[in-house]
Amino acid sequence: MAGLDINNGKPLWLLAELTYRCPLQCPYCSNPVEIANYDNELTTEDWLRVMREAREMGATQLGFSGGEPLVRRDLEELIAEARRLGFYTNLITSGVGMDEARVKAFKDAGLDHIQISFQASDEELNNYLGGTRSFQHKQDMARVVKKYAYPMVLNIVLHRKNVDQIRDILDMTVELNADYVELASTQYYGWSRVNVEHLLPSREQLEQAERIAREYQQKMQDSMKIIYVIPDYFENRPKACMNGWGAIFLTIAPDGSALPCHAAAQLPGLTFPNVKNHSIEEIWNESDTFNKFRGFDWMQEPCKSCPEKEKDFGGCRCQAYMLTGDAANADPVCDKSPYHQQLHDEVERIGRLATEQRAEAKPLIFRNMKNSKKIIQEAV
Amino acid sequence: MIVLIMADQIPEFAPTFRFQWEAAQNCHVVLYPEGMVKLSQSAEEILKRCDGQHTTAEIIAELQQAFNEQDLKNEIEHFIEQAIKNGWIRYK
Repeated sequence: MAGLDINNGKPLWLLAELTYRCPLQCPYCSNPVEIANYDNELTTEDWLRVMREAREMGATQLGFSGGEPLVRRDLEELIAEARRLGFYTNLITSGVGMDEARVKAFKDAGLDHIQISFQASDEELNNYLGGTRSFQHKQDMARVVKKYAYPMVLNIVLHRKNVDQIRDILDMTVELNADYVELASTQYYGWSRVNVEHLLPSREQLEQAERIAREYQQKMQDSMKIIYVIPDYFENRPKACMNGWGAIFLTIAPDGSALPCHAAAQLPGLTFPNVKNHSIEEIWNESDTFNKFRGFDWMQEPCKSCPEKEKDFGGCRCQAYMLTGDAANADPVCDKSPYHQQLHDEVERIGRLATEQRAEAKPLIFRNMKNSKKIIQEAV
Repeated sequence: MIVLIMADQIPEFAPTFRFQWEAAQNCHVVLYPEGMVKLSQSAEEILKRCDGQHTTAEIIAELQQAFNEQDLKNEIEHFIEQAIKNGWIRYK
């Protein structure tokens, strides 16, 4: 959401993916499909050192994420230390595993902000997508979060199955007194890429959704900030992904591997340095991986000579890899990319599948360890 | 949103924002969910005094004295108005 738009070449944003364990099974999860390979989680001491080193390098924002970070029993201890170090601490959670005592304990530990995700505005769809009966509990927890005077962000990932309820979703966020609402159109990484045929909305759905989002932005401007993230498959200019590779974002995966973004693990030919063997400073400044797509020297045409390269950094490396086979290509969302037409055709094809309801013929793959193991085996 | 700046009102920081010194940025910043704004020195000097102890008039008087200038009223009121609109501070 609201960006850290200043780049002094420091890892300003530390995303701590504490675990890939999660009680929910959302089929659009942005975690890698190989979550079953990450059973070797960092210890509390490892995380304390990572936080200290990142803070020394100038990191300010810290996101506790996952998986579901509430699964980690040392979360209170990590929050307390993060706050002591001077981080602004964000908890990014499904709300499952939370209760009032824990919300209070987090407050005592100094937690600054809580973000709760909802899957939908109606109980049935919410519980179906999450694979758990969590809807009522999420609502209860949102009320508890406000009771303890946290700034609250409600996050709803939008896709074909829930985008038509955007008005109900926004009414729900108003009723729950959210300070910020993040309407995040699904980006197709990880599990959502596997399920893209089920999830990609139609252009008509999006236009309608955007109209309603703008209406609420206007109506609620004094009390609630609504961030509407457009789905980039429908765009002609690429997003400035991560504000550039190795520019401000540092993700640490549950096993300690360090990534310039949380989707980068899929990129071939890169070795991701691990915090168990290297300091954050070595990783950030010296590792080949963090230097690989830094700046502009790695670019090929059409990015290399593009006047917009300093604005969008050539878009997203993962998307370039997934859609063209080469992570150093321009992101095909860009209409200067020779692959742009191919992406456009793919969007049209999925649109036709959806109208003919043929997309539903293939099962939706829920994000869980069993399906992850299956996907890993099939890839071998 | 229409904000009226009253001389005898006391601004304070909103609980949903944090104001702190960042050594790595060499400046004060305002922090909020997943975001940060770097502050200029004049913004910092005003916000430091939005501590729930000073009225707007006192803040203006104090800054005019500290910087030995007599015409800061408009600039300070304008900044306070913006900061209230941003939600950083509020009147007690």
